[in-house]
Amino acid sequence: MMLRGLWKLTWIEIKIFLREPLGAIGTVVIPVLVFLVLSRVTNLKLGAPSLAGNGFPSAGVPALVSLLIAINAVLSLVTIISIYREGGILKRLRATPLRPQTILTAHVIVKLILTAATLALMLLAGRRYFPAGAHVPVFSFAIALLISTWSILSIGFLIASIVPTARFAQPLGAIILYPMFAFSGLFVPFVAFPPALRVVGRVLPLTYAVRMLEGIWNGDGWRAHLGDVTALAVFFLLFTAISARVFRWE
Amino acid sequence: MKCGLQTTMSAVIQVSGVHKTYGTTVAVDEASFEVYEREIFGLIGPNGAGKTTTMECVEGLRKPDRGTIAVLGLDPFRQVYKLQDRIGVQLQQAQLQKRIKVWEAVDLWASLYQKKAIDGERLLEQLGLSDKRGASFMNLSGGQKQRLFIALALINDPEVVFLDELTTGLDPQSRRAIWDLVRGIRERGKTVFLTTHLMEEAERLCDRVAIMEHGRIIDIDKPERLVARYCPARTVVLDTDDPTAAEHFRRIPRVESVICIGKTFTIRGEGEDLVTEVIHCLSENRIRVTDFRTIFPNLEDVFLKLTGHSIRE
Repeated sequence: MMLRGLWKLTWIEIKIFLREPLGAIGTVVIPVLVFLVLSRVTNLKLGAPSLAGNGFPSAGVPALVSLLIAINAVLSLVTIISIYREGGILKRLRATPLRPQTILTAHVIVKLILTAATLALMLLAGRRYFPAGAHVPVFSFAIALLISTWSILSIGFLIASIVPTARFAQPLGAIILYPMFAFSGLFVPFVAFPPALRVVGRVLPLTYAVRMLEGIWNGDGWRAHLGDVTALAVFFLLFTAISARVFRWE
Repeated sequence: MKCGLQTTMSAVIQVSGVHKTYGTTVAVDEASFEVYEREIFGLIGPNGAGKTTTMECVEGLRKPDRGTIAVLGLDPFRQVYKLQDRIGVQLQQAQLQKRIKVWEAVDLWASLYQKKAIDGERLLEQLGLSDKRGASFMNLSGGQKQRLFIALALINDPEVVFLDELTTGLDPQSRRAIWDLVRGIRERGKTVFLTTHLMEEAERLCDRVAIMEHGRIIDIDKPERLVARYCPARTVVLDTDDPTAAEHFRRIPRVESVICIGKTFTIRGEGEDLVTEVIHCLSENRIRVTDFRTIFPNLEDVFLKLTGHSIRE
């Protein structure tokens, strides 16, 4: 019963997303460009397991950009959900045998597909920055990104639950999500933080996503990142539980 | 079509003592009514009277604070998915995704119900939307959007159709076209439950209406019976040059007032016989008239009488 309408709704939402040219460019093209530019200016051979001169860990650029992709997907979700709520679209969909979870799941699937597609595009476009002969675990990295996105999407639902109007959705989401980068250990190594900030970093899902993405890019096995995956799953459950209580359909 | 014995019809919607508050505002105050099979039932009243809240409780979209509701024998809140499978809903001020195409919406909706959906293409044709099937929702006119919402409400061949302020914001022409469609729904054997703040719409469309104000249902009956009950006054307006006319008119039984301005006489009185009596008086006294018309009260007047103010205020 849960599945009734899910694939059709997902497919329609994908088509609708692609028909909005600005949204598609913003979420797909910009991260890819950022990746290319950053890769060029840091002039790295990505994947070399050493610190670059400017402090960027070598796996930092792919981790940063792929999380940018994830956060863009989340912001897009927040915007869409709040527009749908404001316009009464969510309410209209609910006045059918569709389960509320089905409606939201369709949007999660759309965003995961979008994230995977953007990542693929980024890896293809940036291939020449990969180290010659080095093996980048593309498949594992993609899985790691999807797990991260899935976890952060639950924050998206929470933000979508509390934004008063669609106009505030994008800025409020950006204000909440982007600063998480600062504490994630991506720019400044985690060990260099004063203890107080380390605590902040520990309660943010991005920290675990960064560690997992960097590690997987550098060739770590999944076993080394079970803790990160668990943390991300806990965040997902926590935020989903809160959203389920405070989510407004209209 | 406004016939049929209510006593032999079964109630498909039973609402009893439904109460709903938002904070300190009482939206619905002990509402009770029944909707019978194959009738068009209208909940009428001004904006903010509680019509939409009542309807959304019946549709299972809201939970009343207390009171009981049964639709097709189902509890709309606890058995909402079962219920949604058998009813069709059009919501007030609803939208669809801006860039969804007409055919995609119909196709999606058709896939949501357990029962096999009716032919979407034929439905679009019947609603005059065939040439718009590839258009985006945002490019439809107000009337086209409402027709699409009717199509979505009918796609599962529902037993009860809910229409909330269906023609609000439409021009008179589209409004009439929609009225015909609603009558067509009843002719297919469906029950229609609608809300409107347009008295003309209620009068032309509904078999029975419930008048609602400040969350309370004031009275329920056929429109013409409500008019007869609350506004029994009849008015005849006629033009005549006959100087003795006024005197004759005053002698007609149950005439309450005769007002004469120039050669135009306005005769007010009670009872359904007034018009006959006036005609009788005219022919008996050989009064020559150059114009003759009757003014009947309508639901608008009933509303004014019941609430002390016009529905538009």
